[in-house]
Amino acid sequence: MTQIQYKGTGSASGRTGSRYWRSKSAYLGALPFLLFSGIFLLYPTWNVISGAFKDNYGVTSTAQLKSVFNSPIARGAFSNSIELSIKTAIVGAILGGLFAWAISTGKQGGMFYKISVALSSVLAQFGGVMLVFAFLATFGFNGLVLTFATRFFPSTFLSDPSWLYSMNGLAVLYTFFQIPLMVLVFLPTLENLKPQWREASDALGGKFYEYWLRVGIPILTPSFAGAALLLFVNSFSAYATASILINLSDFLTPLQIATALTSETGGSNPAEAKVLSFFMVIVVVIAMTLYALVRRNVSKWEQRR
Amino acid sequence: MKQTLGVKIWRWSIISIVAFYLLVPLYAMLDFSTKPFGFADTGRTFSAWATIGKQEDLLQAVTRSLITAAIVMALILFLVVPTAIWVQLKLPLLRRPFELLCLIPLAIPAIVIVVGIAPLYRWISINLSESPITLAGVYSMLILPYTYRSLSAALDAVDIHTLAEAATTLGAGISRVIFGIIMPTIKTGIINGSFIAIALVLGEFTISNILNFKTFQVVIAQIGRTNGQVAVAVSLASLLFVLVLLLLIPNKKRHGAILDVDIA
Repeated sequence: MTQIQYKGTGSASGRTGSRYWRSKSAYLGALPFLLFSGIFLLYPTWNVISGAFKDNYGVTSTAQLKSVFNSPIARGAFSNSIELSIKTAIVGAILGGLFAWAISTGKQGGMFYKISVALSSVLAQFGGVMLVFAFLATFGFNGLVLTFATRFFPSTFLSDPSWLYSMNGLAVLYTFFQIPLMVLVFLPTLENLKPQWREASDALGGKFYEYWLRVGIPILTPSFAGAALLLFVNSFSAYATASILINLSDFLTPLQIATALTSETGGSNPAEAKVLSFFMVIVVVIAMTLYALVRRNVSKWEQRR
Repeated sequence: MKQTLGVKIWRWSIISIVAFYLLVPLYAMLDFSTKPFGFADTGRTFSAWATIGKQEDLLQAVTRSLITAAIVMALILFLVVPTAIWVQLKLPLLRRPFELLCLIPLAIPAIVIVVGIAPLYRWISINLSESPITLAGVYSMLILPYTYRSLSAALDAVDIHTLAEAATTLGAGISRVIFGIIMPTIKTGIINGSFIAIALVLGEFTISNILNFKTFQVVIAQIGRTNGQVAVAVSLASLLFVLVLLLLIPNKKRHGAILDVDIA
């Protein structure tokens, strides 16, 4: 379908023989994509944003917006979501950043480098079903650590799998995919650090920690902050992991949205789902704007490949 | 650069801590999936692994997911890539809006897309058919930022205007220019983009679960409710499969390309 479209405009403008064939009909070539993205991207986005200002019968009102904003359940879920995202973004960024540094100081193209990068790309996508199973196999009933802990440390929290279903449990799970994501995002930055800076610092008698304190960390701070913001968004938007671990509840905003959307007990409330989604989008947009601002500082020194 | 002892100690302690955290759950999966249940609590059994191939609905789900991935790739190849080239070649005014359009999904979490698409999806499945095409459409939009990034990097590296002019001078039609001349030169970018597409489709849960579409992940979750061992075995198997695939494909820059998203 698209091909025909291109052919049509191509032959029509080809006849004019102009160097750039720029004409009004060239815009037709962008039409199929525009239609497609209109259906699958712009329409849903518009549906959510406009729907946030309507009630369930399609009448424009801000009642739903206000009631969700003042609802203690929604507020609790929202603050849980934000708390979880901030925690896992910080821990993931620090551990992942350190791990990326450890990888980058090794031999490039070596076996360790190759395996860590490949493992990171796999595990960064690991969230959801498989992640939950991995942790249930570790800390759940009959799991590896649980079996070990019940035998040797029966009084610690590890001997009881219920901690997995709490905020801290979720944070431990989320960090599992945040660390590899951080490695993927941050490793290229570390590799773009100019070796000359290190050499200059060494030549002037700077020690290892002095180099990092005065050169490395100040230079990397914007990239690091940007990466942490990406992790925040990644965790904030995550739904699969929590939904499998704690099915249908109001613990996190994504879970509450799913409940509002699909509830089969007659409590389905699409308007509420839209309002909650609208609030989520606002948070993500703020985080991504900050990310864009931070990246602007980065590009001053980092030559993009 | 010579490393002092202190640096080495730091480096290896970081590596061992993170590796421990990342590898223990993976090992636990292996342990769990080979554990004999019941009274025989010694030894190992691979019965859970042996039954993977016999899971009828799992095989169906894999096929369904792969078909969806193929449709997503077709959409990228015949819709997104040609449009990106077209905009770059002929519509300089649309370049900025096109970029913005491609970056919108970054601000819209998957769960929000579901909320927005649900009415349309319901309409389509009632009035047309419940085919993977709708799902593939949503997926292809979801990965748009990543596709766009790898594409625009590839397009920036080649002077496509000169290529296009040379080709038209020699008598090539516009479809020949796009599909025969420019697309082969930005092959790497396209391959990178397609790789992300496959990874996303095979790993996606949120949208397919809420829209009641039985993809790979949704079915694994279902199996997990009845038979934990098989589900864990399947998860580990698919994880190892992708890992080996990644190690075998010789592509140095791929790790940079997967998440080289940058909206600044």
